[in-house]
Amino acid sequence: MQYEAVIGLEVHVQLKTKSKMFCGCAVEFGAEPNTRVCPVCLGYPGALPVMNEDAVRKTILTGLMIGSDVARFSKWDRKNYFYPDMPKNYQISQYDLPLCLRGAVEIKLEGSQTKSVGVTRAHLEEDVAKNFHFDTTSGVDFNRAGTPLMEIVSEPDMRSPDEAFAYLTALKEILISGGISDCDMEKGQLRCDSNVSVRPVGQKEFGEKVEIKNMNTISGVRRALAYEIQRQTAALQKGEAISQETRRWDDAAGKTFVMRTKEYAHDYRYFPEPDLMPVAISDEMLAAARRLLPELPEAKRQRFIKQYGLPEYDASVLVAEATLAVFYEQAAQASKNPKAVANWMMTDLLGKLGEAKTTIMECSIKPEQLAELVSLIDSGQISGKIAKEVFAEMFHSGKSPAAIVTEKGLVQVSDTGALESFVEEAIAKNPKSVADFRAGNAAAINFLKGQVMKLSKGKANPQLVGELLLRKLNSK
Amino acid sequence: MSLYTLTVHELRAKLRRGEVSAREATQALLDRIRTVDSKLKAYLWLNPEDALAQADAIDRSGIAKNGKLLGGVPIAIKDVINVDGQPCACASKILKGHTSVYDAFVVQRLRQAGAVLLGRTNMDEFAMGSSTENSSWGVTRNPWDLERIPGGSSGGSAAAVAADEAFAALGSDTGGSIRQPASLCGCVGLKPTYGRVSRYGLVAFASSLDQIGPFTKTVADTALMLRVLAGHDQNDSTSVPQSVPNYTAALGKGVKGLRIGLPKEYFIEGMDREVEAAVRAAIQKLQGLGADVVEISLPHTDYAVAVYYLIATAEASANLARFDGVRYGARVTGEDVIDMYGKTRGAGFGPEVKRRIILGTYALSAGYYDAYYLRAQKVRTLIRQDFEKAFEKCDVVVTPTSPEVAFRIGEKADDPLKMYLSDIFTISVNLAGICGVSLPCGFTASPRLPIGLQVLGKPFDEETVLRVAHAYEQATEWHKQRPSL
Repeated sequence: MQYEAVIGLEVHVQLKTKSKMFCGCAVEFGAEPNTRVCPVCLGYPGALPVMNEDAVRKTILTGLMIGSDVARFSKWDRKNYFYPDMPKNYQISQYDLPLCLRGAVEIKLEGSQTKSVGVTRAHLEEDVAKNFHFDTTSGVDFNRAGTPLMEIVSEPDMRSPDEAFAYLTALKEILISGGISDCDMEKGQLRCDSNVSVRPVGQKEFGEKVEIKNMNTISGVRRALAYEIQRQTAALQKGEAISQETRRWDDAAGKTFVMRTKEYAHDYRYFPEPDLMPVAISDEMLAAARRLLPELPEAKRQRFIKQYGLPEYDASVLVAEATLAVFYEQAAQASKNPKAVANWMMTDLLGKLGEAKTTIMECSIKPEQLAELVSLIDSGQISGKIAKEVFAEMFHSGKSPAAIVTEKGLVQVSDTGALESFVEEAIAKNPKSVADFRAGNAAAINFLKGQVMKLSKGKANPQLVGELLLRKLNSK
Repeated sequence: MSLYTLTVHELRAKLRRGEVSAREATQALLDRIRTVDSKLKAYLWLNPEDALAQADAIDRSGIAKNGKLLGGVPIAIKDVINVDGQPCACASKILKGHTSVYDAFVVQRLRQAGAVLLGRTNMDEFAMGSSTENSSWGVTRNPWDLERIPGGSSGGSAAAVAADEAFAALGSDTGGSIRQPASLCGCVGLKPTYGRVSRYGLVAFASSLDQIGPFTKTVADTALMLRVLAGHDQNDSTSVPQSVPNYTAALGKGVKGLRIGLPKEYFIEGMDREVEAAVRAAIQKLQGLGADVVEISLPHTDYAVAVYYLIATAEASANLARFDGVRYGARVTGEDVIDMYGKTRGAGFGPEVKRRIILGTYALSAGYYDAYYLRAQKVRTLIRQDFEKAFEKCDVVVTPTSPEVAFRIGEKADDPLKMYLSDIFTISVNLAGICGVSLPCGFTASPRLPIGLQVLGKPFDEETVLRVAHAYEQATEWHKQRPSL
C-alpha cells in the first residue's frame, strides 16, 4: 500500500524588538545570565505587565505579509502550567482571539511549481527563561524570559519533508525581509515543532498524529520528518497502530524518541489576563503597518538599477528572492563597487549555494565580507584568480577574506624585484615565445605572462607582470 | 492631648507651623505602639531606627514645613504592598524573609508627598479573609474588644488607625477588605474606583478586583490621602489616565438636593438589629441635612458572593502560582522540581489560601470553565449593570458596610461560608468596579462596638462619596470616639 504524510508546522519566532514583551528590559542574546531582568520578567510579587506596542505592530505586519485577517479586537490570556523556566508559572499568551487569523505562505517546489500552504493563526506571547543543568544543581537564566514570541501555526497542508523545508525557508524569508526577526536558529530566534501523521494514499481522514520537538535547523526538520514518516509507515505496514504522542528528535542519532504520551496532556486552564487591557487595532495602526510592508520586487528592481548602477538583468536576478536582495543591499552599501558585488553574487555565490543545496540565509559568508573581498581585489591586494580561492574558503569556513589572505600568504606580489626574477626565468626558459613576440606576434606575450603567474603560484600582480615583460622584451 | 491622637490634618498643621517635627511625630507613634501593640498585634514589622532616620531626613530637608501633602506624616502599610528594602510577606510563611526590591507606585507617591514609611501591618494571608485570623503570625485584636476580630483582610491597618497607632494606613480591598475592617474598628476606609489607584507593587490576590485605599480617622484625611495615591501609572495597564480632582476642595459642598439610593435588597432578614437601626438613623440624619432618599433595586445582589468566589479564586489560582520556591521566599527541597513545588507550597500556604487556590483551579478546569468562570463573568456584568441603572436614579447609594459588628475570635473560623457572608454588602462594589467608603455611624449598646455606614458612588466619583460622608461625619460625633486601651 502507498502511504502519504500529512505535516503541519508550529513556528515560534522571537521578534526583533528593543525591549521585552511586557517590561523595559533589553532583548539581547548572549549577555551574562540574569543581567537583563527586572521585577516584571522575574515574576516578582506585585509586578505588572505592560504591552510592547512594537511587538504588536510587527505581528500585524507579519499578518499582512502572509495575507491574514488581522483582528480588530484581540486580547491576552493566561496559560497556566508549572515549570521553573516560567517566572509566573503562567505564560501570557493569546487563546481564542489571536492577532492574526488565516493566511498562506507560497512555497517553491521542484521545477517551477509552487504551492500555497495555509496558516491557521499567528499570535503573540512571551518567551520563557532557559534552564541549565549542572552536576548536582540546576540554574535558570531569565534573560530570555519575556522576549516577544510570535507563534505561527500552519494548516496540515504539507505532504513531504521537502515541502516542510520549503515552507520554513519561505516563511523565514518573509520574516527577514519584513524586519520582523533575524530568524537565527542557532540563537533560538526561530524554533519549530512539527505535527506529522501518515495515511494510505486516497484516504481522507488523517492518521494518528505525532508531535516532534527539538529540531534545531531547517535541514534538521527535513531529516526528522523523513525519519518519522518512514518510522510511521513501517509501523503501519506491519499492522501496528501509531499512538498520539510527543517525540524528541535526536539529530546525532538520526532518530526520534518518545518524550511523553497523550495521558500527560496539560489542562492549561486558559482565562483572560486581567492585568492587560484587550487590544483594539485601529484603522491608523493597520495603515501604519501597511506602510511598513516591504518594497515590491518591481519597485526594488528599478531602485537597484538606479541606486547601484546595475544592468537590468542583474537587478532582476537579485530581487527574485527577498533575502537575496537584503544580502545584496547590505554588501553593496559596504562596498565602493556595487557592480562587482553583483557579479560575485550572481556567478560565484549563487553557484556555490546551488552546489551545497543551501540558501542565502544559511550561508556562512556575511554581506560585509563579500564587500571586503571585492575591495581586496580593487585595491590590488589579491588577483581575481586568488580571489576565487579565497571565496571558496570563505564559503567553507565563514572566515573574513583578509584573515584567509593573511593565513595562507595569498597577498599579491607587486614587488618589482621579486617579479623580475620570475620574468627573467620565463624569458630564459621560453625562447620560442620570445622569438615569436619579437617577430611581431603580440599575442605570444600571453603565454609568457601565464608562465610568470605559474612561477609566482598565482600571486603575481598580472598588470605589473605585463608591464615588466614588455619592458624586458622590448629592451633587447 | 497626646500627639498620636491627632488626625493627619491636625498633625500637618503643627508640622507646618514648626510646633512638631517629623521625628517627634514618628517617635510619638513608636511609643504608642510599644505601649499598646502587644495587646493588639496590628503591626507585623517595625524598624524604629529606619523610621526615625526617614523622619530626620524629612526634618532636615524642610519638607515637613512646606506644602507637601504628607510632609513628615508617618504612614502604616499593609503587608501586601512593596516598600523597597522592607519585608513583604503578605502574612504568609511562603514569603517569610522576603525583602522587596522595589517600591509600589503608591509608595513612590507617599515618598514624594513626604511621608515616613513607618511599618507593616497584619492581614489575612494574601488578603484572603475577613478577620485577620488567617494571618500566619496570629490574629490582630479589635481595639474595642480584645476578644474580637478587627475584620479583614486589612485588619492590622484598621486596628492601628482606630487605636491611634497610626495617623493613616494603606490597605487593599478585593471584596471589602478595607471597608469591612474600617466598619468593625470604627475608622474611615475607602475603596477607590477600579483603575483610580495603580496596583503596581500590590501583591495580587484577584487582579480584576484589587484596589489600594487608605484608612484614616476622618473623611477629610481620606480625601487628602486619595489626592496622594490616585493617578495614572504607565506601569499598570488597568490604571486610568483620568485627571485627579482636588478631593479636599469638594468636601464642604453639603448634601442638599443629592439623591441617596437605598437598595431594598440590602436591608435583609437576619441583619443585626442594632446595625439596621444605626444605618436607618444615619439615613434620617442625611435627610435632615437636605438629601433626598429614593428606593433602588440591585436585583442580582443574591449572586454576588457566589460570583465573587469564582472570579476571585480563579484569578488567585494563577496569581499565587509564582510562589514556587524557585526565585524567592521559602523553599522546601524535594526529590525533584515537582516534589519541591508540592512541599514548598504545602508548607508555605495556610488552609484558607489552599482552599481558594483549589476552588479557582477547579473553576478554570477543562469541562467546568463555561459553567463556573464564564458564567460568573456574565453575572458580573449584570451586577455592574444593576449599579449603572441604580445610579440613573440616585447620586450615591447608602448601605450598612457589614450586616454585623465585630465577632469573637474563632467564632466563624470553622465555617468558611459563614465567613464569606460577612462581606455580602461590600463584594458587589468590587465586582462592579465602583467606589465606596465606610465610616462610623454608631455603636452597639453592649458590648460597645462600632457600626459602619457604607456610601457608594459612580465610577470615578469619589468626590461625591466623600462629600456625603464628610457631611454626615461633621454632623455627628461618632468619629471622635476612641477605644480605651
